[in-house]
Amino acid sequence: MKIVVYIKHVPDTNEVKLDPVTNTLIRDGLPSIINHDDKSGIEAALRIKEQVGGDSTVTVVCMGPPQADVALREALAMGCDNAVLLSSREFGGSDTLATSTIVAAGVAKLDYDLVITGRQAIDGDTAQVGPQIAEHLGLPQVSYAEEVVEITNDYIVVKRQFEDRYHIIKVKLPCLITALAELAEPRYMSVAGIEKAYATDITVLDYEAMKDVLPLEKIGLNGSPTNVKRSFGKQAKGAGTVLADLTPDEAVQAIIAKLEEKYII
Amino acid sequence: MSEHKDIFVVVEQRDSEVQKVGLELIGEATRLRDELDPNQKVVGVILGENVKGAADLLFQYGADKVIAIEDAMLKEYVTEPYAKALVQLINDKNPEIVLFGATSIGRDLAPRVSSRVGTGLTADCTKLTIEIDERDEVPRKLLFMTRPAFGGNVMATILCKRTWPQMATVRPGVMKALEKKADAKGELEEYKVAFEAKDMNVEIMEVVKATNKSTDITEAKYLISGGRGIGGPEYFETLQKLADVLGGEISASRVAVDSGWIAKDRQVGQTGKTVRPLLYMAFGISGAIQHLAGMDASDLIISVNKDEGAAIFDVSDLGVVGDLKKIVPKLIEALEKYKAAKEVQ
Repeated sequence: MKIVVYIKHVPDTNEVKLDPVTNTLIRDGLPSIINHDDKSGIEAALRIKEQVGGDSTVTVVCMGPPQADVALREALAMGCDNAVLLSSREFGGSDTLATSTIVAAGVAKLDYDLVITGRQAIDGDTAQVGPQIAEHLGLPQVSYAEEVVEITNDYIVVKRQFEDRYHIIKVKLPCLITALAELAEPRYMSVAGIEKAYATDITVLDYEAMKDVLPLEKIGLNGSPTNVKRSFGKQAKGAGTVLADLTPDEAVQAIIAKLEEKYII
Repeated sequence: MSEHKDIFVVVEQRDSEVQKVGLELIGEATRLRDELDPNQKVVGVILGENVKGAADLLFQYGADKVIAIEDAMLKEYVTEPYAKALVQLINDKNPEIVLFGATSIGRDLAPRVSSRVGTGLTADCTKLTIEIDERDEVPRKLLFMTRPAFGGNVMATILCKRTWPQMATVRPGVMKALEKKADAKGELEEYKVAFEAKDMNVEIMEVVKATNKSTDITEAKYLISGGRGIGGPEYFETLQKLADVLGGEISASRVAVDSGWIAKDRQVGQTGKTVRPLLYMAFGISGAIQHLAGMDASDLIISVNKDEGAAIFDVSDLGVVGDLKKIVPKLIEALEKYKAAKEVQ
C-alpha cells in the first residue's frame, strides 16, 4: 500500500511572543516542530505499513521554505521511506485554498492509496487544508480520525469523533483521513533511522516541476481568495475592581453585592 | 450592484435537534444584514431526513426564510451528500455570505464546499463585522472576519474580496442568539437535490452516542470554575455545591483537567470550550491566555485568587485577592441564607 502523509512544520506556539510595538509575531529564533496532529498521522501511517506489509511505503510531504527539510528528516528518522518538499517562491502567501491546491498537485505526482493529514495545525488552527486537498483530488474524506479500526488493501475502517458521538466509518481506498493527536502516539526517532534520514535524498518539487497541473492564478498571494487585512495582539477585556486585604466575610459581601447588582440573584 | 444577496446560515441538527450554534449564527446574521443591506434576507439552511419542522424555531430566532433540504441520505452527517447539496444550493442562489458553526461537522463540511465552489473560507471566527476596506477604489461593504491564531496569541482579520460567497465557520458560544419571538413567521422553501447512490461514498457502520450524556458547559447560564489553586479533585464537590445553589454548572481550567481532577468536557479555553455564560466565577485560576480566550466574553466575571498579580484579574469585573477555601464555604452559606430569606418574602 502506498501511503502519503502531509505534514506542516510549525512554530512551537508555546514559545510565541508578540512584538509590543508592531503587534506582529516575532519569528526570529522561534523553534519549529512537526505539527502535533501530523506527527500522529505519521505514526498511524507507519503502523498501517507494518500491518499491511508487502511493498507498502510511507511518503511524507511538506510544503514550506528549504528549512522545512528538518521536519522531513525527522519523519524519515521515524521510519518514513521517502520525503518530498514542496518549495517555491511562487507558493509564498498562499491561504488554505491555494495551499491545498499546491499540495494536491504534489500528491497527484505520487502513487497513493491512502492520504493522511493532521486535523489542524497549531499555528493557523484552521483544519481546512486536509478536506480541501481531498476535494482537489476527488477523494472521500474522513476527518477527526481517532482510531484506525481495520485496514485492508481495499478499505479502511475509522472511528470518527464528533462532540457528542462517534461514527465507525468504512471507506474504500483511495481516500483521505485527517488525524487527531489521539490517533497514534508517535514513536521516537531511532539511531538507525537518523542515519538513514541523512542518507536519503529529499525530492524537491517547485513550481516548474508542477506547472503542468498547477495554474499560477490559483496559488500564492495573488491566487488566494482570502487575505489578512490586519493582525493584532489579543485585546483583553478591561479589568474591573480588584479587592485585596478583605476578611472572608467582607469578600463574600462584595461578591453577593455584585451578584445582586447584575440580577444574578 | 452585486448579483449576490442574502446571508445563509447552515444550521446544524443532530437527531433532528437544532444545535444552539445555529441560533447564535442566525442572531449574528440579522445584525450583519442590518449593516449590509436591510433589504437582504437571513436564510437558515437545514439539511436532514426530516427537518423542515425546525423552520418555525429558526423564524422565532430571527430567520426571514428557511431552506430545508430533506433526503434519507442526509439522516446522519456524511461529508459528500451534504457537500453536494450545499454546493448546488450556493451555485443556484448566489448568497453574499455563508456561515457555518465551527463544530466538528462544520469544519469538515465548509472546506469541502468552499473549495468546490472555488471561494475562500475563514475558520473559527470569533468576530464578524461589515466594513469598507479603505484600500478599495470603489468602496463596497465587505465581511470582516476576525479569528484567533497561534493558540489565541494573535488575532487576524481576514477578507475575501475576489470570490463569492464570503464564507466563514464561527466558533460556538461566541455570538448571541436573539430573544425568541414566539409569533415570528417566515417563508419556507423545500429545496430538492437529486442524490445518486454513489454520493454515499462512505459507509457508516455504527453510530455511538456518548453514553454518559456529557454536560454541555456552553449551554450553562452560570459557570463555577476551578483551577490549580483548588488543590485537588475533591474541591470540585464544594464548587458543585456553590453551582447547585446558583443553578449553574462546574467547569475547569486546563491544569485541573490535565491533572485528572475533572472530565475533559468541562474544560474552558483554547483547547477546551469557549463559553459566555451570564456569570463566570473563577476560583484558583491564574488566567493563562489560552484560558482567557475561552471565557473573557462572559457577561460577568468574578474571580478569587491568592496571587494579586494573577492575569485572571485583568478580565474580571470583580476580583478578590484571598484564600478561596475560606471564602467559598462562607459564600455557599450566605447564598443559602439569601435564597431562604427570599423564599419567605
